[in-house]
Amino acid sequence: MDLFEFYRKDRWPHVFCPGCGNGTVMNCFYRAFSELELSLENTAFISGIGCSSRIPIYINSDAMHTIHGRALAFATGLKLSRPEMKIVVFTGDGDLGAIGGNHFINGCRRNVDMTVICINNNIYGMTGGQASITTPHDFRSTTTPDGNKEYPFDLAEIAVAAGANYVARWTTRHVHELTKTMKSALQKKGFSFVEVVSQCPTNFGRRNKMTDPTAMLDWFKASSVRRDKTRSAAVDHVDLNLAGQVTIGEFVNRDRACYEELIGVGKHGV
Amino acid sequence: MSDGARELFVQGNEACVEASLASGLRFFAGYPITPSTEIAEGIAARLPKAGGVFLQMEDEIACISAVIGASWGGVKSMTATSGPGFSLMQEAIGYAAMSETPIVIVNVMRGGPSTGQPTRAAQGDVMQTKYGSHGDYQVIAFAPASVQEMFDLTVDAFNYAEKYRVPAFLLSDAEIGHMRGLLMIPEKVNTFTRKERGVKRDDWVYQIPDSLVKPFPTFGRGNKAIVTGMTHTDADRIEPEDPKVHTELVTRLNEKITRSRKDINKYEVVNPDAKTVIVSYGSSALGAFELASKDPRIGLLRLKSLWPLPEEPVLEAAGKCERMLIAEMNFGQLYWPLKRVALEGGCKQVEFLGKIGGDPPTPSEFKEKLGKMGAI
Repeated sequence: MDLFEFYRKDRWPHVFCPGCGNGTVMNCFYRAFSELELSLENTAFISGIGCSSRIPIYINSDAMHTIHGRALAFATGLKLSRPEMKIVVFTGDGDLGAIGGNHFINGCRRNVDMTVICINNNIYGMTGGQASITTPHDFRSTTTPDGNKEYPFDLAEIAVAAGANYVARWTTRHVHELTKTMKSALQKKGFSFVEVVSQCPTNFGRRNKMTDPTAMLDWFKASSVRRDKTRSAAVDHVDLNLAGQVTIGEFVNRDRACYEELIGVGKHGV
Repeated sequence: MSDGARELFVQGNEACVEASLASGLRFFAGYPITPSTEIAEGIAARLPKAGGVFLQMEDEIACISAVIGASWGGVKSMTATSGPGFSLMQEAIGYAAMSETPIVIVNVMRGGPSTGQPTRAAQGDVMQTKYGSHGDYQVIAFAPASVQEMFDLTVDAFNYAEKYRVPAFLLSDAEIGHMRGLLMIPEKVNTFTRKERGVKRDDWVYQIPDSLVKPFPTFGRGNKAIVTGMTHTDADRIEPEDPKVHTELVTRLNEKITRSRKDINKYEVVNPDAKTVIVSYGSSALGAFELASKDPRIGLLRLKSLWPLPEEPVLEAAGKCERMLIAEMNFGQLYWPLKRVALEGGCKQVEFLGKIGGDPPTPSEFKEKLGKMGAI
């Protein structure tokens, strides 16, 4: 599949800033999707509100750009009404982990078959750079001018604890690993969750001495530690912190039966 | 009773379950809340056996979101709740209006604000139904006053939601939802489904002009639909900065309902030539009905639909009567817009009987008020 069979060329130019990590994620996703030879007609893309949530609108398929935080609930309803369709959700740290946190944990727990890709840029980018639930401790944002005094969520660990079938985290610096993981997630039956730590040079880097997007990618590379090497390690592994680390890799890969199989939706056909 | 028709003695909420199944419901998401829970319980027991999906979710926001998502899969979908859950749903109701998603929301009203009176009847959510989400939008809402109407108007809610691609509401209350009575389920229930993009059919829903209600691009059928709550063109392009696109879109979303008022509005008239007319709906109309059926001096205009505002029947009554009494179980919600219509229609005296606390106004309370108005 050509890149512009997958993305809608007539919707270009897109809304993303120069240096944004969304393009990298879109490229990796396109590669994973087309290498698996999945059908666009049989896939629906769902999102909430935010920069990452704009991605489905650029994909040449059915797309539902919904309200802030609720993408997983919309996706659940669609999947259960059309069990033969593949469901992919694009979301961000604020959309998924803050306003949508309840749907996130319950989505993992319910284990409806869908792939959720969370682009975690550690900030509210579209509204101009307010602190999010993943803004690292002591980092600056427009709403934490003296540094963030809260501690960040570890979305991938939450997904593991809440019961997702597949959980992995990479950064936009790890494009090959990310593409491979997206393929695993798309093939996984049940709730699969991919967190991508991404750069927002405009609203995160600029206020944290990393205006250059490549400086942020270098930071991701220097901070990243494979999960299998950190399991027993530092308690602060959740912190995306220059002094801390970003745990990357596959977190869990299990095969609990998915919800729609258990209630027999596919069997009846709605 | 004809062959195939059924007669049951059930609760209002159970009648709603029967109606949703008869209407072709295929997806229900709910969260437990008094006094609507019997609807979720009834559907949990019945819908999966009929091939549909019942889902209990983490909160009411998730429920209405899933219901909208299921509707885009092309199936009839519904949720049922009461005051606090209804408040949580408001943002998504605006999304359903903006994205023109056919869904049915049952609100078995209870006393508010806040947790209020979970087991008692009220009519305090009437304005919220129309104005609870931000921005200008229109919805369709029905108000049943009996077990039979819980059935009939639920069927109507599905049909009108599908016809106009709009969220449709059944505004019941704890009194009607928990009331037991006879329910006649006809052998054949008239139902229809939305006009779909790329599908040819010859039934009358397909005769509605596309300029008013556009064919629904069901997911998974190669429509490449873009569904969004942002301002968008007819070609699904997002144009939030364009004043013309926004004005045209929101105008159409409103006019497709307001211009169809005569098709949507339902009401019952008792003693049409009476000089005094009570205007009421739902359980607050029960006492008025008892009074009007015994006293020919008292007329009743009982509204079975509340939104869009039933202006025509109120104008007609106002032109013929000398005084009008509007009765609701709140501190005056439909009273103000209906009074405006009644005054425009030439009625000189329009008064209000509002009762909260959980008990509907009794015939003697109506009598007392009408006595003070000089009607009897």
